[in-house]
Amino acid sequence: MAEAKAKEPILVVKHLKQHFPINRKFTVKAVDDISFEINAGETYGLVGESGSGKSTTGRSIIRLYKPTAGSIVFNGREIGGKMSQEDIKELRTNMQMIFQDPMACLNPRMKVLDIIAEGLDVHHAYSSQEERNEKVYQMLELVGLSREHASRYPHLFSGGQRQRIGIARALILNPDLIIADEAISALDVSIQAQVVNLMKKIQRESNIAYLFIAHDLSMVKYISDRIGVLHLGHLVESGTSDEIFSNPLHPYTKSLLSAIPSPNPIVEKKRTSLTYDYKTSGLNYEAGTEHYVSDTHYVLGTDEDFARFQAEAGMH
Amino acid sequence: MAERERILKIRDLRISFKTTNGQVNAIRGVDLDLYKGETIVIVGESGSGKSVTTKAIMGILANNAHIDSGSIDYVWYDEKTGERQERDIVQMTEKEMGQIIRGRKIAMVFQDPMTSLNPTMPIGKQIMEPMIYHYKNSKKEAYAKAVELLQLVGITDAEKRMKNYPHQLSGGMRQRIVIAIALSCDPYVLICDEPTTALDVTIQAKILELIQDIQKKKDLSVIYITHDLGVVAKVADYVNVMYAGKIVETGTINEIFYDPRHPYTWGLLSSMPDLDTNEDELYTIPGTPPNLAHPVAGDAFAPRNQFALNVDYEIDPPMFDVPGSATHKVASWLMHENAPNIQMPASLKHRIENMKKEGL
Repeated sequence: MAEAKAKEPILVVKHLKQHFPINRKFTVKAVDDISFEINAGETYGLVGESGSGKSTTGRSIIRLYKPTAGSIVFNGREIGGKMSQEDIKELRTNMQMIFQDPMACLNPRMKVLDIIAEGLDVHHAYSSQEERNEKVYQMLELVGLSREHASRYPHLFSGGQRQRIGIARALILNPDLIIADEAISALDVSIQAQVVNLMKKIQRESNIAYLFIAHDLSMVKYISDRIGVLHLGHLVESGTSDEIFSNPLHPYTKSLLSAIPSPNPIVEKKRTSLTYDYKTSGLNYEAGTEHYVSDTHYVLGTDEDFARFQAEAGMH
Repeated sequence: MAERERILKIRDLRISFKTTNGQVNAIRGVDLDLYKGETIVIVGESGSGKSVTTKAIMGILANNAHIDSGSIDYVWYDEKTGERQERDIVQMTEKEMGQIIRGRKIAMVFQDPMTSLNPTMPIGKQIMEPMIYHYKNSKKEAYAKAVELLQLVGITDAEKRMKNYPHQLSGGMRQRIVIAIALSCDPYVLICDEPTTALDVTIQAKILELIQDIQKKKDLSVIYITHDLGVVAKVADYVNVMYAGKIVETGTINEIFYDPRHPYTWGLLSSMPDLDTNEDELYTIPGTPPNLAHPVAGDAFAPRNQFALNVDYEIDPPMFDVPGSATHKVASWLMHENAPNIQMPASLKHRIENMKKEGL
């Protein structure tokens, strides 16, 4: 980890805003002024309930949307605004995405070989057909599938295998950053573990960085080095996994953590989850600023809010 | 629980599907008991047959499915005469099922509320519909009951919401509506097929608590289908672990979580990360589930089982009683008196020890 810290962060997001105008009077502020960094070889987990803007953040970064305001610097290039041809090439090759539903994101009429090689085809990243196929075969082996699978169609695979194909497709251009948008949510528990192990193994071997978007907090804790908690488009708290889980300050983070089901019946039967309602909480995210807690731990709030959070944390 | 009344009894249920690839034996001899006011959970991987089993109880199997053998005995009391009735659902005709059982005695909550609600109909009308169909209630009665149900499932401003369409509600609210519809005819049994998988963690807990709350109020029996062990830990009285169309281990919640005996249960419990997991690799069960289109020789789990004995490849193990328990049963040759003494993996044992300590 020390080595990774010395490096420049590969992704710097500053004051990113993503608004969707619905009509003249009403605009949905899906992402409202969030900032974070991801270092090479690191996993950054983004958590929050549905509608908190975590998927929108991922999609804005990979430029599926055009950000309303803010800057996104990827590998030293500004990709938040208008991009030059070079920037587009940089972005499209070095940042990739894994989607939630492995059936919906694979073209049912294409063979696995062609699905995985599509990125190579687009960027002409090979000199001969043999080289192209060889690259795909290597990638299949890396994700735990075999060469014979290449000539089959996606419907012949199970959910876990399909997600592996999605991962292979994302990896084929040797990206620096992968955005995994709920990549394991649609899978069975035992398959989830397989896919997470695979993602970790690839990270160890190639020093790739992940932006891991999920709502399953126990898995996020397991896979992430640092975590950002999103609510209503605001990054309410961020820090390392340990900081967030052992010392949550923001009431929303607390309610989110209290909702994690425990696989221990004695504990689980007694557990009550905290409720948190933004309207009645008296907090104003718009007025809040980022407050430094410790090391890499930050929390959003006004000065009074922050004093209160700390007092509450001190009592426990 | 002085006197437990059994209301659902499934014995040796076998179901197969005719497909273009030949006959798939999806359910291979399932026994299941459900008592009044209690909650059972069926856990297993996708394709293990959890959903098929409950669809058989509801009588909504796909057209290419065939119940080869077995019985599903269901006990109920007639609303008017209070007479006790016991019928085998398997023998009932489609018409009888629709009139007597489905929706009225046994109701079901599905995984995705958006696909189980009608997008073109206001939610109030959808809640009233089953009452008008089954009990011939007048519109006025049904309306009053629907408002009451909306309040029961925790929806504020119930009267105003009656006119809303599903797309105007959030995911958690929609699932509450689905539960209200399921409860509209006062069923005895509620089947929840992955009721919270499509929902957020924060809402997940609330929906489960709602179902538990209603269960207590109405003395319902609930069957959950899930693969989320956190959900199991929260709601279950009894757990049935299913693999490849068979129940491989059954017992009370504590027996399954603190004293698992079947290697598959060991694998399931190990593969779930808890908040204290720091190991580099999560445990995974090697291999993939068997293709049930081919005949299975011996124990279906044997090829993925690192503890498999030779006999596992030849003869399918019967249900063994765990000594000292009336409820805990395991289908594994490891339980046989002549079997070698094989213990659960050390890491799982350590974890269970921790869980017990944490609970005290």
